[in-house]
Amino acid sequence: MQQHFLEQRLLAARQAGRTALISFVTAGFPTPETFWDVLRELDASGADVIEIGVPFSDPVADGPVVEAASVKALQNGVTLRGIMADLSARKGQLKAGLVLMGYLNPFLQYGFERFARDAAEAGVHGCIVPDLPFEESGDLHASLSAHGLALIPLVGPNTSSERMALYAKNAQGYVYVVSVMGTTGERGALPPELPAVLARARQAFSLPIALGFGLKEPAQLDSLPQNLRPEAAVFGSALLKHLAAGHSPASFMQRWTQPR
Amino acid sequence: MKNGYFGRFGGRFVPELLMPPLLELEQAMETILPSPEFQAELDDLLRNYAGRATPLTFCPNLSQKLRFELWLKREDLLHTGAHKVNNTLGQALLAKKMGKTSLIAETGAGQHGVATAAAAARLGLDCTIYMGAEDVERQSANVRRMRLLGARVVAVESGSRTLKDAINAALRTWISSQATTHYCFGTAAGPAPFPRLVREFQSVIGREARAQMLERTGALPDYVVAAVGGGSNAIGMFHAFVPDESVTIIGVEAGGTGEPGCLNSAAINLGRPGVLHGEYTMLLQDDDGQILPSGSISAGLDYPGVGPEHVYLHDIGRVDYTIACDHEALNAFQALCREEGILPALESSHAVGYVLSHADRFRPGSRVLANLSGRGDKDMDIIEHALGL
Repeated sequence: MQQHFLEQRLLAARQAGRTALISFVTAGFPTPETFWDVLRELDASGADVIEIGVPFSDPVADGPVVEAASVKALQNGVTLRGIMADLSARKGQLKAGLVLMGYLNPFLQYGFERFARDAAEAGVHGCIVPDLPFEESGDLHASLSAHGLALIPLVGPNTSSERMALYAKNAQGYVYVVSVMGTTGERGALPPELPAVLARARQAFSLPIALGFGLKEPAQLDSLPQNLRPEAAVFGSALLKHLAAGHSPASFMQRWTQPR
Repeated sequence: MKNGYFGRFGGRFVPELLMPPLLELEQAMETILPSPEFQAELDDLLRNYAGRATPLTFCPNLSQKLRFELWLKREDLLHTGAHKVNNTLGQALLAKKMGKTSLIAETGAGQHGVATAAAAARLGLDCTIYMGAEDVERQSANVRRMRLLGARVVAVESGSRTLKDAINAALRTWISSQATTHYCFGTAAGPAPFPRLVREFQSVIGREARAQMLERTGALPDYVVAAVGGGSNAIGMFHAFVPDESVTIIGVEAGGTGEPGCLNSAAINLGRPGVLHGEYTMLLQDDDGQILPSGSISAGLDYPGVGPEHVYLHDIGRVDYTIACDHEALNAFQALCREEGILPALESSHAVGYVLSHADRFRPGSRVLANLSGRGDKDMDIIEHALGL
């Protein structure tokens, strides 16, 4: 099978000897007016993939920072239809891979087939749907893959090798490994069981691994054995807090791109 | 039918991190729940701790006026004051057999929280209840009961600060605490296997009522009526009667204040299919798939979704789902108080309210069985305020 664009992006970073950077920003954050400038700045300062959070009223996998951003976005009138229209109008302006991350119901109401077609046309490369386990993913996966979009799986510390193998069948792009048994949000230290989780994921998937939920600085990855270091690091809550405090996207990215 | 589905509805739409505890629970349902020891222990708890069997009460005064027989299944007489304890004792016992040491639960009006706290105390389990901050304020008596029973009550400040947000908070907590903790879900909704598990524990209502009707009247009821919020008292009542083709089954959703476009809790009648809290079901939602706030004078019916089996029973035409509004529930509340000396919960008052408002729908001389799912002491402040007393 031909390598998916998202996979190529992460493998290119590895070949260049660095950890690929995936930044998550809720759509319309910090304001609908400045959101696209934030994306452009992240793109220009080294983001390999940008995950755009699609807001939902009931985000069960998210911690307080992402939930608050989601609530604010909804108050500001951000919708999936609006995001698609904005993306379509800006197609080709970003070099990073583009992924939409959101709960199932907004995609379901948009219509999977129509969404997949519109997303592909708008330059989106994949989706992450946190409340869609393998068993329920057949319909969305069929629509997305027909239009060349990846459905990126989320696995975590309590995902067995057997369940990882299920996800591996349909996965494209990269596999998102959740570092903690919890919701999104930065933590000080990575949990001790993480190397075992990464080892299982390496075994089950041939795809690059992106590690997320709880990351705030690159030094957190240093404790991992070389062969288990993820190809990519995802940061969301830490970036949202940084932006909410009025700092620039570029200054956040510098933490991750500067030689240490 | 796909695993965990009722027709097209149900399923298990949860983060992968919640799949292992849900599969573990499903496994326990197959192995532990049917065992004679489990059934004997649960039966003992229901009988000698919770007060089963509950009576079947004939309402002579209302029946005379209505010109049909009104019978009530008296779940209000159970320990902690509502049907909820059927489910919490079952789940708490199952959790204990699974080796869990703690329970978490959501609650809206507080009845499920109180029933969970009592079951946890009785079975020696730690207990934390998640409750929307707005509900904590308007149901303070139940908050005090939960605390006296040894539970921690966490006021949930996120979202609309009501039941749906309490469920979000409990699901989030369960991700991190699943090794030691069982999520004692309160209604026949949510991700599989909860709709089936809760029905399993609540269906004692209908089994008992069916046998009692046959014993007392020599026949099945012609109509069975129950209020539907998430739907646990209703599915518990309906389940035994679904195969009885002669029985007309009516589910009553809460219509709120009743003017067009008002806040309501009538997901089957006024919602559209979608995914919330792990299930594909009927939901109050906007065109973009965002969940809308619900509303009802009855806090226990105030939820924007509904259990998937009800949507299925609606889909196949077996159960007729209707609406009763706040004023109809208040009317039934007063009628039951004055005519029959029963102070019903506002949830149950919706079921009886529909019967009183649509009396012409019921054949003269027929037998109507309504589920009186809880008692109304908890609602006295709300009722006195609404009636200007």
